Amino acid sequence: MYENPDGVMIGLEVHVQLNKLKTKIFCGCATDYHKDPPNSHVCPVCLGLPGSLPVINKKAVEAAIKVGLALNCRIEEYTQFYRKNYYYPDLPKGFQISQYDFPIASKGQIIIEGEDGELIVRITRAHLEEDPGRLVHEGTIDRSKYTLIDYNRSGMALLEIVSDPDLRSPKEARRYLDKLRNILEYLDVFDGDLEGALRVDANISIMGGQRAEIKNISSHKGAERALLFEIVRQKNVVRRGGVVVQETRHFDEAREITLSMRTKEEAHDYRYFPEPDLMPLKVSGWAPEIKETLPELPDARRMRFIKQYGITDDQAKSLTGELVWADYYEQVLKIYENEYGEKLDPKFAAAWINDYLKGEMNYRGSTLTYAVGKVSHHLIWHEYTVAILGLLKHEKITDDNAVIIFRNLLDSPRGGSDWRPVKKAADSAENYVMRILEEKGLLKVEGDIVETAAFEAINENPQAVADYKAGKEKALNSLVGAVMKKTKGGADARKVREILLVKLG
Amino acid sequence: MIGKKDLEHMAWLSRLELSGEDKERYTPKLNSVLDYFSELDEIDTDGIEPAYHVLPVSNVFREDEVSVPTCSLSQEEALSNSPKKQDGFFKAPRMM
Repeated sequence: MYENPDGVMIGLEVHVQLNKLKTKIFCGCATDYHKDPPNSHVCPVCLGLPGSLPVINKKAVEAAIKVGLALNCRIEEYTQFYRKNYYYPDLPKGFQISQYDFPIASKGQIIIEGEDGELIVRITRAHLEEDPGRLVHEGTIDRSKYTLIDYNRSGMALLEIVSDPDLRSPKEARRYLDKLRNILEYLDVFDGDLEGALRVDANISIMGGQRAEIKNISSHKGAERALLFEIVRQKNVVRRGGVVVQETRHFDEAREITLSMRTKEEAHDYRYFPEPDLMPLKVSGWAPEIKETLPELPDARRMRFIKQYGITDDQAKSLTGELVWADYYEQVLKIYENEYGEKLDPKFAAAWINDYLKGEMNYRGSTLTYAVGKVSHHLIWHEYTVAILGLLKHEKITDDNAVIIFRNLLDSPRGGSDWRPVKKAADSAENYVMRILEEKGLLKVEGDIVETAAFEAINENPQAVADYKAGKEKALNSLVGAVMKKTKGGADARKVREILLVKLG
Repeated sequence: MIGKKDLEHMAWLSRLELSGEDKERYTPKLNSVLDYFSELDEIDTDGIEPAYHVLPVSNVFREDEVSVPTCSLSQEEALSNSPKKQDGFFKAPRMM
């Protein structure tokens, strides 16, 4: 049972940019602005020029319903838009079109792994709104002389997902964000790799005090850091006999601190009123049909992986925790079966793909991705993994050599694209892998050569032999190591051990 | 009744700077507008559903297609009304 010693209560407001849509939420401007100059994807509607009129993107509404259903929300029969009035340069109109008392989805939940087992985090609501523009501050926000504004982002469809204050630690907040992003990826409504795709405001209080709202959090790690800082700050205020005041604070990512925004508008007075230019929506009738199209979600897939493939809960959790890895795993199994006409042992595949490859890539800070040409990303074509696992399975290479090949693939420039087989068939990938192994002299060594190496190792290491004979079991390991060295890792360590045991009598 | 405090609050929300004279002038004017609207309170609305829109229309959509010809302005056009700009950005005073 987690005791939550500081009485921490955290609720998150997550702004998800529905950036897989082709156009913005209320106008026909294209959403692919990320590499373009500022203010090049803007029109009278998203610039808030007088006389312009918004018309809502149907796909944005469908995506919102999709997310709502995946979060076990109720889809409201009647939903409509409001003007949320405030002055800030990121809002060209002086108001943001948002939702108020009739959000499109409400009363849902997400199950996460909490401090002491499963934790149900309630979703208060999810509502549609338009994204404001992007502000660029010279230096830091509190010292900047002026602000530059790019309205390319203005009018992007945003879904704000608000949780109840059910989270009890920064770690739980991070897990919630991971899980939410995981679900959103499965739903194919957003690309989390794009800048500004997911932004977080966090409400946090301790020991029943007033809450602070922290804005400008742009990553899961950032959320955890901001909350850790904020807990310490609030505890210090209390310890010095002060009272935590309700306020909005800005997270400075570089300095990992939160700053008071010091605005007078603490008691939010947004003067919401119905947006007269947009008609209400009555779309709950779409829900059953959209529900039919929902993909298998992370939790369901995890359960199926355990049942169908017999892998461990940890492996299933880790693989399904990122859509791309879950897909990769299943595709390798499928391609293997097609190429070799036999099933690949799913546990064997999970051990290599999840336990080894995923760790190897995490260590390198790489992310598995299908995209080609992203320099910062590494990828291993399925065919290579199939070929390597095939060679292993048929005992043509050793585990050590498989590791060497994987590392070579991961470390080759441009994310392994020069390792791409000419033909995308497993046999050519296999030939390629074999050729590399041959060139490096890493082909599996068998029979006489191992025997000879074992003989030499025994002759060259009399001390180890003596130690072993004196009962030191561990001394055998150094002899195995010597043989492996002589065969450049090409021998099967298990067999070397057997041969040595026979020779040592 | 709108008092001086209410007026000052509204002015601040709208980022308007009012002189003492302005405040004297606007307070009665706003109160007369408010009085006029209060006539609506006399109408019996028992049992009537609130109407958020005057038209009995709902579900007006646009397909998710980039407009042809494009509705987007060029960067130059977009910035043309702005008194201050820099490197293709609009320029505004500091935030905090």
